Amino acid sequence: MVPLSWYLILAAVLFAIGMFGAFARRNAIAILMGIELMLNAVNINLVAFWRYVAPEGLTGLMFVIFSVTVAAAEAAVALALVLAIYRTRDTVNVEEIDLLKW
Amino acid sequence: MSGEQIVFFILATIIVSAALAMVAVPRVFHAALLMILAFLGIGALYMLMGAGFLGVIQILIYVGAIAVLMIFAIMLTPRVMDSAQQRFTGQWWVAALLAGGFAVLLVQQITRSPFPVVADTTLVARQYAIEIGQAFMDPGLQGYILPFEVASLLLLVALVGAIAIAGEETQ
Repeated sequence: MVPLSWYLILAAVLFAIGMFGAFARRNAIAILMGIELMLNAVNINLVAFWRYVAPEGLTGLMFVIFSVTVAAAEAAVALALVLAIYRTRDTVNVEEIDLLKW
Repeated sequence: MSGEQIVFFILATIIVSAALAMVAVPRVFHAALLMILAFLGIGALYMLMGAGFLGVIQILIYVGAIAVLMIFAIMLTPRVMDSAQQRFTGQWWVAALLAGGFAVLLVQQITRSPFPVVADTTLVARQYAIEIGQAFMDPGLQGYILPFEVASLLLLVALVGAIAIAGEETQ
């Protein structure tokens, strides 16, 4: 039997890796990958808590399903934004996308 | 060590090393492939936890849809492909400090706090796919029909928004 805390620690490590990817990469698409990894880490937590704390209900599973739905919508809109920026500015490097900076 | 723990360790090793390689490799296309590997591992983890339906959803949506979307975006932005140098921003060490500190903090708190784990954690064989489908369509207090409709509206808005943002301007 795997203890609950193992899943939580794995999710925490994954969240931190995704956070580093979202903060440190220069490519906008790589930043999106980091964000998707963070969302997945949260989903692992939700499923683990469902399995170990409230396995009789469906709440944990439902949360994950809605989280995946929102992640899919987010990925579609974000990649559309990346493509739109690439078309007008010819770059996906976030250090060059500074139109809103000042 | 039980078989479940061994499977967990193998999966955790695959997921964490794939995620680490994903944020570290210079080429974004390789990062996308490693992201697929990490998502597959997470799907297997759901199946290990008895949520096989979610594992299938994970593979369908993340590996099937989101990863393909990412690869499409990478292919459509050609200058990305040759940016082998300088994968990180100038302040990447700040990000590393923040993420590392956050992970240490979280792990410390997780090992310290007691969780109200149920006494009997043996897996019960249940038809989760059917239960979830019925809960989605149930208009009562136990049902999720309002969130379901809101989610479908969100997906529609995202679809229209993505087309409006990325579509060619025809005037």
